[in-house]
Amino acid sequence: MSGFLTRTRGRARMDWTDWLSYLYLVVGLFTMFAPVLWLVMSSFKSEAAISQFPPTFLPYTQKAVQVTGYDKPLPLFMTRDDKGEVKPMAQVRRIGIMATMVDPAKPAQQVRVNIKDRTPINELQFALSNYTEIFGTFRFGLYLWNSVFITVVATLLTLLINSMAAFALSKYRFKGQKTVFLLIIATLMIPPTIILVPVFLVLNTVGLLNSLWGVILPAIATPTGVFLLRQYMLTIPDELLEAARMDHASEWRIYWRIILPLAAPALAVLAIFSVMWRWNDFLLPLIVLSRSEFFTLQLALNAFQGELNTQWHYLLAMTVITLIPITLVFAFLQKYITTGIASAGVK
Amino acid sequence: MSRILGLFFNLFEPVFRLAQRRLGVSRLGWLFVAPNLIVFGLFTFLPIAINVVYATTGGVNLMPLDRPYTGSENFGTLLECRNYFDIQTCRKDVFWRAIFNTMQFSLIQVVLMVVFSLLTALVLNRKIIGRGFWRGVFFYPVLLSPVVVALIWKWLLQSQGVFNAALVALGSSPIEWLTTAHWAFFWVVFVSIWAHMGFYTLILLAGLQAIPKEMYEAAEMDGASAWRTLRRITLPLLMPNLIVVLVLAMIRAVQIFDEVFVLTGGGPGSATTFIVQFIYQTGFAEQIHLYGLAAAASLVLALGLILLTLIQLRLTRASDAGQRSR
Repeated sequence: MSGFLTRTRGRARMDWTDWLSYLYLVVGLFTMFAPVLWLVMSSFKSEAAISQFPPTFLPYTQKAVQVTGYDKPLPLFMTRDDKGEVKPMAQVRRIGIMATMVDPAKPAQQVRVNIKDRTPINELQFALSNYTEIFGTFRFGLYLWNSVFITVVATLLTLLINSMAAFALSKYRFKGQKTVFLLIIATLMIPPTIILVPVFLVLNTVGLLNSLWGVILPAIATPTGVFLLRQYMLTIPDELLEAARMDHASEWRIYWRIILPLAAPALAVLAIFSVMWRWNDFLLPLIVLSRSEFFTLQLALNAFQGELNTQWHYLLAMTVITLIPITLVFAFLQKYITTGIASAGVK
Repeated sequence: MSRILGLFFNLFEPVFRLAQRRLGVSRLGWLFVAPNLIVFGLFTFLPIAINVVYATTGGVNLMPLDRPYTGSENFGTLLECRNYFDIQTCRKDVFWRAIFNTMQFSLIQVVLMVVFSLLTALVLNRKIIGRGFWRGVFFYPVLLSPVVVALIWKWLLQSQGVFNAALVALGSSPIEWLTTAHWAFFWVVFVSIWAHMGFYTLILLAGLQAIPKEMYEAAEMDGASAWRTLRRITLPLLMPNLIVVLVLAMIRAVQIFDEVFVLTGGGPGSATTFIVQFIYQTGFAEQIHLYGLAAAASLVLALGLILLTLIQLRLTRASDAGQRSR
């Protein structure tokens, strides 16, 4: 046990501690991904398939056939009659344990079958309609747009004002600079959860309740962002600024033509974080946006999970759409995020 | 793209040029930090001050000037009990239950969180094939939104869900996971660890990789057992990171809200109602918005967080001193 906990340098041959490590990792892989995978597969199930118990991993749905003389498609079963003959039949109706069924080939002749003598015929069917219908039925497009708008605008503003502050704090010497830096860092200690009520008041006073800007503005200044960018900008040599000043470049120009491009890697890290924070934000939107036309995806999901208890097929499709952007960020930008966390210790 | 950027940034040029002429270069710094300070002032520092006003005033009006001063009445309402050994006798028994739940949750969750993220970091720090991939595996849920996390698990745990299917297949009867008090509590702990473990694993892994290889080589030369190496080298050198993880996890655990709110809604009853949800419900969700009571409760929460931060400072100093003396 202890061996596998500490050993960092492997030998050529796998020993039992290696096997144990890989076992741990595989169990971890299953625990972390299986729930997400199950959700994604379930989101392709039709309304009928999703309420089936026990559930299947793949979206199997009972096959239905159109039989002449009946308006709706009838569910198909494999039946066995007294003579032991097995053939597919469609169910017309069922009362108790007896079902009235017809042979699709001979629709005129109805047969009564005990439900013990039949099994449903299932086929693999991906119900893409779950995904298309949520846009029509639930104004899902609007919620998606609100989320995208908040995420993009807030991230751009976050990058702008935090890089400005970081520039001043890393490249200037002015009276009160230390105090400003300490004040900004001190806000790390003040979690948004403890100032909910007064933030609500401030937003109400400036008329930003039920406005997307009311979600965007309160959090565009972030101590994490200032800290991250300042640390990076400190590594940019001052000589570059001096040279630009010699050429009579204005300070603002130095900021956006020299400093910003050079700080691009740090800006990228902050941008990724900001996108994640905004896309996943919940508590602030929850108190600021109470009218459904301003809902973000997270709020819409929360509202629906209360209302659509019986309509999991829609709810799951919405959930999958909500997790797609984050999954893409994860797939392509994981390295930036992990280095960001390791260096700044923030999430 | 760069053309648009250029146009955008040039918009501000006149303002800054004017300011530069008036203020001089170094005082221009104030102009650069101004937007940040305004936002912080409006949405962080001003609210802290107003929070105190709310906590000491009553009524249902939102504007502070319309609210009658009530002194410590809100705190009295929150904290008063006829018998302090019986939650039922408190005026706001939900508040006490929320505090009790939050403490219980934080203790259990943080201990398990540290244990599992340490274990995972130790495994990931070994010489394994595809370390980047495995690290990603544990990190992925960290990025998911709390609402999505809650819905994933709600789907698995619902009465017709896969967990109950497994139970039935094993011949046992299904369990109402999220509406049975102790199971709901268990799953809230489990899901929050599932969702956040990767973050702490990453911090610990960074710490492990910073431990010099020579340390281990020296230990091996001395014939130290693996267990001894872990106790005497790995854990002491990892202590600063462990403390960071412990404190961050604690501060976050005390503020848990989103996942639980969607997963159980605080129920059944108040079995998974935590302090932030109490604040949210008192101030925003219930018919009558009791802003004063909510603000008073947030000050109690703030007090708890300040205490945790002080403990962190103590621990860090102690661990630093320990490092130096070694």
